Amino acid sequence: MIVDQLQDNASQKSLREAVDKPRAATTAPSGQPPTVKISVRSLNFYYGQHQALFDNNIDICGNRVTAVIGPSGCGKSTHLRAYNRIYQLYREHRAEGQILLDGKNLLDPSTDELLLRKRVGMIFQKPTPFPMTVFDNVAYGLRLHNKISKQELSARVEAALQSAALWDEVKNKLDKPGTALSGGQQQRLCIARAIAVEPDVLLMDEPCSAIDPVGTARIEDLIDSLRANFTIIIVTHNMQQAARVSDFTAFFYQGKIVEYGPTKHIFTNPTQKQTEDYITGRFG
Amino acid sequence: MAATVTISPQTLRPLAETMRPRSMAWRRGVDLLVRVIASLSACVGLIALTWILLTVCIRGGAAISWTFLTQLPTPPGVSGGGVSNAIVGTCLMTLLAGLAGIPLGLLAGVYLAEYGKNSAVASAVRFAANILMGTPSILIGVFINVLLVSPPIGLGHYSGYAGAAALAIIVLPVVARTSEDMLRLVPDTLRESALALGCPRWRMTLDIIFRAARGGLLTGVILAIARVSGETAPLLFTALNSEYSVRSLDEQTANLTVFIANKGPSPYADWQQMAWGASLLITLGVLSLILIARFTLRERKS
Amino acid sequence: MAGYPEAHPGLPTPTPLADDGRGTGWTSNVARSRNTGDLIFQSLTGLGAVVVVAVVGAILLLLLWKSMPSIQRFGLGFITSSDWDPLHERFGAWPSIYGTLVTTAIAMLLAVPLSLVTALFLVDLSPPWLSRIVGTGLELLAAVPSIIYGMWGMTVFASFMQRWIEPGLAGTLGFLPLFQGQMNGMGMLTAGLILALMILPYICAVSRDVFRMTPGVLKESAYGMGATTWEVTRDVTIPYGMRGILGAVFLGLARAIGETMAVTFVIGDNRHVAASLFASGNTISSTLANQFNEATGIKYSVLVELGLVLFLITVAFEIFAHLWLRRLRNAGGR
Repeated sequence: MIVDQLQDNASQKSLREAVDKPRAATTAPSGQPPTVKISVRSLNFYYGQHQALFDNNIDICGNRVTAVIGPSGCGKSTHLRAYNRIYQLYREHRAEGQILLDGKNLLDPSTDELLLRKRVGMIFQKPTPFPMTVFDNVAYGLRLHNKISKQELSARVEAALQSAALWDEVKNKLDKPGTALSGGQQQRLCIARAIAVEPDVLLMDEPCSAIDPVGTARIEDLIDSLRANFTIIIVTHNMQQAARVSDFTAFFYQGKIVEYGPTKHIFTNPTQKQTEDYITGRFG
Repeated sequence: MAATVTISPQTLRPLAETMRPRSMAWRRGVDLLVRVIASLSACVGLIALTWILLTVCIRGGAAISWTFLTQLPTPPGVSGGGVSNAIVGTCLMTLLAGLAGIPLGLLAGVYLAEYGKNSAVASAVRFAANILMGTPSILIGVFINVLLVSPPIGLGHYSGYAGAAALAIIVLPVVARTSEDMLRLVPDTLRESALALGCPRWRMTLDIIFRAARGGLLTGVILAIARVSGETAPLLFTALNSEYSVRSLDEQTANLTVFIANKGPSPYADWQQMAWGASLLITLGVLSLILIARFTLRERKS
Repeated sequence: MAGYPEAHPGLPTPTPLADDGRGTGWTSNVARSRNTGDLIFQSLTGLGAVVVVAVVGAILLLLLWKSMPSIQRFGLGFITSSDWDPLHERFGAWPSIYGTLVTTAIAMLLAVPLSLVTALFLVDLSPPWLSRIVGTGLELLAAVPSIIYGMWGMTVFASFMQRWIEPGLAGTLGFLPLFQGQMNGMGMLTAGLILALMILPYICAVSRDVFRMTPGVLKESAYGMGATTWEVTRDVTIPYGMRGILGAVFLGLARAIGETMAVTFVIGDNRHVAASLFASGNTISSTLANQFNEATGIKYSVLVELGLVLFLITVAFEIFAHLWLRRLRNAGGR
């Protein structure tokens, strides 16, 4: 019908624009070809008896933003939560397979999960400031893992807040509770907290879904600027966001990775029909 | 700080004196220690409970017999004594306390949940209920003693009515607060739909809200009764105890708890055993009521 | 028609209002009877509320009234005096107040940390079936009447204390005056321990509910930073639930201060203030339990004044708790 086709064209157009738009990046990728940071081999995941992920295989590139998209319930968050073994908090959850971070399998029980979580940080759907001051929030990971002097701590906290584009807004509020900030600021606080410990990888599980549009835009700019120093994997249900922000995109459907490739290709020239259907809004 | 410094893996290399990784082994060790302590302390409660219940069952069980349940108490050294009057007295006074305290408590709870809500007056009432709930039960006993027992304004003698009054005062705030909590759980949409049908407020509360909160209200009431039936201190100065059967509540009234308080510390072995028997009876009564209350709540939930 | 927009073709013409505004009278009768019913009901509920407040006021008034003779006779010195000479009518409250404070302190020092770690166990560490068992056990422990604690304490627990605990303490910490002196299993330490056992289930149940309410995302964030379970509890769960935990602590405190029967059976009836925890003593409530019924004249008034002191301490704690929790709520930013 005419209306459908109009909608298709409109969304296709906006996606194409998003993909083609030159990034206002302060730190563009250095032009070096991407290297593999994380290799996932035959990842299967179970909630009790129910299997949620089926034979996932994917190579995540270092210092790039990889978006994970798909309809609700397709397993994208489940997949993400395997990377820092946060699922191990729950008795019924089980992962099988290999996830190699710089060659070492992080699913192997001999890998210390506390050290793993130092290297792989996570940002959640809802901003989660801890019940402490802004300063203490950002300092939390540093204090947890290190004996650190006050000056060193202050310097690192400030650097983290600068990197999270939050310093100017909170430099006079460092002793206020973290919950006193606005939603968007709280999420950036969580990002500052995560990057303060200098992880290699940042996992973001729909970080903007609880944030207003202005806050979302700022966080997307932030993700753009973080790319130079971190490997970022972002789960999102917002395709425009994926198109704007990511270098690579993986499309999940019913627990399987249907298609994976450079974002530009996925959104303009998908090879799988399912991908095309999802992107053009036929389902999901 | 000078120019903006952003975090990257290569910047801000720590100087050895200012930053050192903390020992992972130490952190895990502390975590393990806390886990062990937590598990042990969970056992403390279970061990204590088992110990107490076993003691009551073994010592009390030795005293239970048909005679024990049906006869009046006898002087020390004379066998064949029982606690029949105490059982009757406890039941009567608890019943009376419930009849007085539960309706008033429910009404107060309805006021707090439906009419007063967050007003200043309601806050004052809630605060008063908290104080009343936190007041030591022995002070309630002293209060009723001054009011109903001792000469200037009291009747001049101990009475079962005074005992029931003291228990009713304990029931009142407990029922009020639990009813308020249960009634507040009922969603406002239910109230609005009833009112939108043209239902008067009092009918809406009685017919619909009470029915919706039925399980919780009943549980609160049963728990209050259970608690009050095991109380001793409020009866010490009001109903006291009696060796005779319960003919009227206008005199000292036998009851299980003060019976235990009198006979337990006594030097006579047969009286001590009777005290244990009474302890078993009271414990069984209270625990059964608690289990009934839990069962009620679970049944309503399903 | 004034104020009415131009009617579109196809819309019905509006009917004019009746002149007197009474309409056809379809509401009047129902409204009247509804109002009466509502009025009666609302008054009844108001009555319930008034009774609650009135009782509290009456308690305060009557306690004050009956303690007047004692207040006038002994004045403020009553609080600090350790006299107790019924023959010469000299009385002092200090030993009772001291006993109340010491037994309560022992109970709180033991029960609060134990409750918190037990709550941690129930929420984060144990499998669900075990949580249920322990949880039920704690509920039953809370339901046991205090006189049963007294009976058990007096017969079984006191001899346990005398045989094992008190000698053990005297052996290791006997250099402290707290743990010297005669050991007969009864006394302030035993009373304090039994009190701790009695308030443990209350504080634990409330703490468990508080811990359960911590948002899962918040805890996952802390775990995601590489924290251990203890670190997450210390840094996130407990601060987040501080209000509720303090409420639980105050609840336990109120119970411990006023507990009578469990304490009376094991604390003895000694009117001296001793340094040792093994010594017997008394609390305000145990003094009342032991002496009130036989009291006449000025002694009656003295005992009522003791009760008044206990009441005022309890009310003071209520007010303090109320204000502190309200301050936490306002400053919390949650």
